[in-house]
Amino acid sequence: MGISRRQFLGWLGAAGAGATAVSRAEAASNKQFDGYPGSFGILHDTTRCIGCRKCEEACNKVNELPAPEQPFDDLSVLDKTRRTRSDVFTVVNQFQKEDSQLPVFVKKQCNHCLEPACASACFVRALRKVKTGAVIYDESLCVGCRYCMVACPFNIPAYEYNEAITPRVTKCTMCHPRIEKGLLPGCVESCPKEALAFGTRERLLKTARRRIQKYPNAYIDHIYGEQEMGGTSWLTISGTHFSEIGMREDLGTQTASSFTAGPLAAVPVVVALWPVLLTGIYAISKRKDKIADEERIHAVAQTVADANEEMQVKLAKMKDSMAKEKEAAINLEVKRALEEAAKEAAESQQASEEAGSETPKEEK
Amino acid sequence: MPQETAQVNKSIFTPFNVIAGMIIFCGLIITVLRFTGGLGAVTNLDDNNPWGIWIGFDLLCGVALAAGGYVTSASCYIFGLKRFHSAVRPAILTAFLGYALVVMALHYDVGRPWRLPYPIFLSPGTTSLLFEVGLCVFLYLTVLFIEFSPAALEWLGLKKIRNLVVRLTLVLTIFGVILSTLHQSSLGALYMIAPSKLHPLWYSGYLPVFFFVSSVFAGLSMVIFEGSLAHRHLHHKMDETHLEESAGVALGFGKAAAFVMMGYVGVKFIGIAMDNNWHYLATGWGLWFLLELIGFVVVPAFMYAIAARDRNLRLVRWASILAVLGVVLNRLNISVVAFNWHLPSADRYFPSWMEIAISLFIVTIGVVVYRFVTTRMPIFYEHPDYEH
Amino acid sequence: MDALFYTLHDFLLHSKSITYMMMGAVLIGLLLFWLFLSGRDEKKRTF
Repeated sequence: MGISRRQFLGWLGAAGAGATAVSRAEAASNKQFDGYPGSFGILHDTTRCIGCRKCEEACNKVNELPAPEQPFDDLSVLDKTRRTRSDVFTVVNQFQKEDSQLPVFVKKQCNHCLEPACASACFVRALRKVKTGAVIYDESLCVGCRYCMVACPFNIPAYEYNEAITPRVTKCTMCHPRIEKGLLPGCVESCPKEALAFGTRERLLKTARRRIQKYPNAYIDHIYGEQEMGGTSWLTISGTHFSEIGMREDLGTQTASSFTAGPLAAVPVVVALWPVLLTGIYAISKRKDKIADEERIHAVAQTVADANEEMQVKLAKMKDSMAKEKEAAINLEVKRALEEAAKEAAESQQASEEAGSETPKEEK
Repeated sequence: MPQETAQVNKSIFTPFNVIAGMIIFCGLIITVLRFTGGLGAVTNLDDNNPWGIWIGFDLLCGVALAAGGYVTSASCYIFGLKRFHSAVRPAILTAFLGYALVVMALHYDVGRPWRLPYPIFLSPGTTSLLFEVGLCVFLYLTVLFIEFSPAALEWLGLKKIRNLVVRLTLVLTIFGVILSTLHQSSLGALYMIAPSKLHPLWYSGYLPVFFFVSSVFAGLSMVIFEGSLAHRHLHHKMDETHLEESAGVALGFGKAAAFVMMGYVGVKFIGIAMDNNWHYLATGWGLWFLLELIGFVVVPAFMYAIAARDRNLRLVRWASILAVLGVVLNRLNISVVAFNWHLPSADRYFPSWMEIAISLFIVTIGVVVYRFVTTRMPIFYEHPDYEH
Repeated sequence: MDALFYTLHDFLLHSKSITYMMMGAVLIGLLLFWLFLSGRDEKKRTF
């Protein structure tokens, strides 16, 4: 029975959505990418952190990691600055400020870059940024080349060096599976002092700015992660300069992919133009060879021709002289024959004259 | 011929065989350890230093020093310098062995070597320069295999296939040069993603250019160096053409290398100027950088130049050793020495003896296979049936 | 078709994948075109 009005409107809406999707896709193919809209992040306020290591404990439990050698309530661990390991996705480090007796505690884990260096470096797409805001790792693709660890500016990914057959790269997942289920990340949930806050990145940025504005003396006017390496989903605010609490301030605001964009762009150019250049050089060198060959052949022919001509001249001369000689010889012969004939004639004359009168004078 | 067999029968316990045997035995034991205990059991790698000498030496130096293959075949077949023809086969053989060993070394270094085809066939991560390197090395290894195959086919007496393959020479050479340009430069570009970790004197937007240009003189120097070794030990395997041309090859390549090296020095300094890194030259790192650039590039370049002017074969050979060491030093500086330079010394990497042993093991395998092939196949001489 | 890219990385992954295929096509195309271009030239040994 025909289509209902609602159905029709639904289709229209779908078509409209399709149309906008297309136009947005076109818009998206320019150089501006703003990340997944409404993706989540975590704000770490170091001024609130008391270094209780509850977040470490929760992380360990949520990710089903092996129990540590020293229990989580043993705070002597904080005496040493630590980094993330294959079985430790987050650590809290303690920094002593020079001008104050109070230490500063800083939680360290994957910062979940908006444009992750690790994902850009991965040659099997085992790492990717997903719409929740997390940068997640797919063990089933990983070859174990560890280029992600080279690429990460925050030195976060760790590797199971002692695993012989199935070593993995490990790092904080921002509790991506829990977020999908509507749960808070383990560390955020366990924090007793609200030093960690979960929410959309936009909201967290506003929160951070509000706090800095409200207590300008308590905070440095900078949100770490707003711009660093193109921005990260994990944001940190602090009362101490970040470089003093183990966070690099010299990373810049460019995304990791911008560092490799140049060489990557050069690759197809080389592929397309090298054959032209090389074949050109080859053709030129071959052509030169050919010309050299032709010149040689020509030169040889010329020499031969020259030689021939010379020979012709010589031959002609020889012929000439031979002819002359012959002529001379003939003349001589003729002369001799004539003389002979004359002599004979004279003799016969003499003989006949002897018969009549003697002519001895002519004899001599 | 009878003399040769007598030599073979004499004794297998020559000094070379004994040392090679010991290294290979060691290597096999460490191989077992590596594949039963993981990387942690044999290497000093850690979370801050994920790449050690298996990448820095085996991959970076291996590929750079195997550049002789494309350089020699290009100069002979593309640039038409036919007087280098007798150098092509040894160079192709070395390149083929070099790349095969690089791939073998990668099997030690990556966590799950059986997944090495993944990037090409299953899930290509095209934004990665490592993908580019992997694809090119894979394709170039195939190209080198085909380029080398005529020698093996002549040895086996398979005339028809051999003639078919020889007809592809030009296409393969051009394809080989393209692939080499790409992956030699991309090996340098691998480090461009980590400007925060590599010392500014070595980090540059020109890294791919530096790597490509240095691969050219690395390849040229390696051909000269290898040629001098081969002359000493495999002289009896060389035919008259090879012996006649070899001095010309060494001097010609030395001259070419000298000029390329000076161009390289030029772009290196332009790189410093572009990033305005002059002030680093006055530091300890700067001295180390200058030692690499002056001591191991400018000096051998001048040695080559003098040797080419005086037609001094001995000097060319000495220069080639220094130039090869210079390329090795450069690759190790970028991958190990100047990488993570900002970390405290306790967090820095130094290779374990087992890592060094595996690298030695792989080089030794290369030398043994090279000897095996050159004493059997027509490498230093033209097969009597196929002379032209 | 998923043509909407939220991150530069996704965009690059997409565009570079196509670029790599183009590279293969260009290589083969250039080879065939060269053969066409020099098809009437006199035959000569190329090695």
